[in-house]
Amino acid sequence: MARILSILVGLFFTVALAWSLGLGFYTWATEPAQPTAEHEFHEHPKHVSFASDGPFGTFDKQQLQRGFQVYQQVCAACHALKHVAFRDLEKIGYNEPEVKAIAAQFQIPKYDEMTGMVETVEGTPTDYFPPVMYAGQGSPPDLSLITKARHDGGPYVYSLLTGYQDQPAELLEHFPDAKTPDGLYYNPYFPNLNLAMPAPLMEDMVTYSDGTPATVDQMAKDVSAFLIWTAEPTMDKRKQTGWPILGFLLFATILGYMSYRNIWANKKH
Amino acid sequence: MSFPWAKQYTPSHPFMKWMDERLPVPRLVYNAVGGGYEVPRNLNYFWNFGFLAGLCLVLQIVTGIVMAMHYAANTEVAFDTIEHTVRDVNWGWLMRYAHANGASAFFVVIYVHIFRGFYFGSYKAPREMVWLLGVVIFLLMMATAFMGYVLPWGQMSFWGAKVITGLFSAIPLVGEPLQQWLLGGFAPDNAALNRFFSLHYLLPFVIVGVVILHIWALHIPGSSNPTGVEVKSESDTVPFYPYYVAKDGWAIGVFAILYCAMVFFAPNYLGHPDNYIPANPMSTPAHIVPEWYFWPFYAILRAFTQDFFFIPAKLMGVLAMFGAILVWFFLPWLDKSPIRSSSYRPLYKKFFWFGLIPTMAVLFYCGGAAAEEPYVMISQIAALYYFAHFLIILPIVSAIEKPKPLPFSITEAVLGKDEDAKLEPSA
Ligand code: HEM
Repeated sequence: MARILSILVGLFFTVALAWSLGLGFYTWATEPAQPTAEHEFHEHPKHVSFASDGPFGTFDKQQLQRGFQVYQQVCAACHALKHVAFRDLEKIGYNEPEVKAIAAQFQIPKYDEMTGMVETVEGTPTDYFPPVMYAGQGSPPDLSLITKARHDGGPYVYSLLTGYQDQPAELLEHFPDAKTPDGLYYNPYFPNLNLAMPAPLMEDMVTYSDGTPATVDQMAKDVSAFLIWTAEPTMDKRKQTGWPILGFLLFATILGYMSYRNIWANKKH
Repeated sequence: MSFPWAKQYTPSHPFMKWMDERLPVPRLVYNAVGGGYEVPRNLNYFWNFGFLAGLCLVLQIVTGIVMAMHYAANTEVAFDTIEHTVRDVNWGWLMRYAHANGASAFFVVIYVHIFRGFYFGSYKAPREMVWLLGVVIFLLMMATAFMGYVLPWGQMSFWGAKVITGLFSAIPLVGEPLQQWLLGGFAPDNAALNRFFSLHYLLPFVIVGVVILHIWALHIPGSSNPTGVEVKSESDTVPFYPYYVAKDGWAIGVFAILYCAMVFFAPNYLGHPDNYIPANPMSTPAHIVPEWYFWPFYAILRAFTQDFFFIPAKLMGVLAMFGAILVWFFLPWLDKSPIRSSSYRPLYKKFFWFGLIPTMAVLFYCGGAAAEEPYVMISQIAALYYFAHFLIILPIVSAIEKPKPLPFSITEAVLGKDEDAKLEPSA
């Protein structure tokens, strides 16, 4: 009885699935899915390596400072960095007076309890990067976590910044409807191929204080490295902590294995 | 119960003697995980996973409590409090990654633990209750993990909560009111976040309670073993301490190495990048996917794409998704074979290795993939086998199968001969 009931319930689900499968197969065979421009032309991030890659990776502070310069002089016009405090910049090698000076370049909105008004005051090291007022098209995301919020984040940001190009003729030929609309810019590294941000970097846009030539490629790499850091300022500490812990565990496990062998030595199992 | 040859607890220190007469906790521990608990000598490494599951549970509770000290269940700030924990709290990043990856480790361990049960027939008499409590634990774990994932209030948190609570709306008549009641609103918002936090903090302790019952129930007949032959005499068993303490001990080491490698070197590998984007009810992610450990059941949910007679496709999917786990409750009665271990069940063993295991692998894969062809069709085939396996194949196979001869006893299986075996353990 239980067996018959079980088989009936089994048939209920399997027949329903076979029904879904059959109709699905019919649709798939008779109306194959149309290829889309995104599907055909979207590209995975370029291969690019950073000092922070891999289990031994650490941050290249010189590069992070260059990246910060790019962020401050270019990206900060539109993108906020709300999870980062100015004091955090000490971790990438700026000293206290430098951090104070950087903070003072930013205007921080502060709520005044006495007057009930919001006033802007000069930033101090304990302040966070302030919100950015942006009036243009689209809504530029906060960049603090951008490299964690995208697959393959560092290379993705680098590829996006260096990936602007004219729409391929082939694309327009096969997908005339997918022509980049006015006010958007074609970039095959962006998921739907067209984004509201114009190519932000141009040669020699910033003058690096360490004298590195400011090519687009260099700036893109540096700012991506900086954004890897903003997404996880503790990454180097994490990796450095991991090794001694793994070493200890390996040692303890070997000891554990030896005592296991010892205790079971005369017990066949 | 324990076997008659199990050692008795004899307190040696006067304080322990005093204690034993008043509150015999040391005796309890001795009989549960000490020298007084006799365990089959032939357990393989699959029997280490119960212990590891217990370890994961403790790990989750400890790291979770620390994180809760810095978290605020308010949609305005929840995301930021987590970032604050990770960036500014001493070792906060470690707690966060340990907790997030701890959930994954817990599910890896528990899936092995459950499939050990499928293969070695651990759910059969006299251990049905151990199994049933286990399935209850698994359901509680899924609820806990789901609600935990909502707490950081990222994009996947929000949309996951929306999709999963939306499933309840498929229930006829009461569906929509039920969904609103569960959420405390029309969509996930502050009310939902607060109750999810409350329950996410509560349920692990409920799990602790059920685990205690699970182990209590297990210790009545004692552990089964890879032959599935019950213990017959003293030479079949060894005391838990020191034998299995040593074995579990070094297994913990291996587990900890793999787990720490994830936590320290790939802590975001199993997570979804979208959950680093703060929740935005106005922007739907391209693909809404739950965490990897839900993928098989998510694949089953999405496999039902057509209405079936008068039952809407969505309701079929919901029934099947819950049904896929609920069938496990009936397993001890669906599988009529008196033989526990698949090693002696040639036919069932084939269905296990060539049916159930590849099916689960496919469901895992498809549940994480986009809901596009050919993945939908592939998951339909896999889901079809899944239900057929438990509800049709298993009852029939267990009735017609001719098992291989069993060893007379555990000792015989290990040593090739067993001289002092008794036929029945004298109770
Ligand atoms: C927090 C979760 C869990 C914990 C801490 C836990 C703990 C344990 C422990 C310590 C054992 C004895 C050692 C071993 O056989 O590995 C055990 C046995 C067992 N567990 Fe679990 N368990 C959990 C979840 C589950 C689940 C989800 C199931 C099934 C759906 C399950 C089914 C079983 C069965 C059938 C046995 C007996 C195995 C045998 O003796 O052959 N457990 N469990």
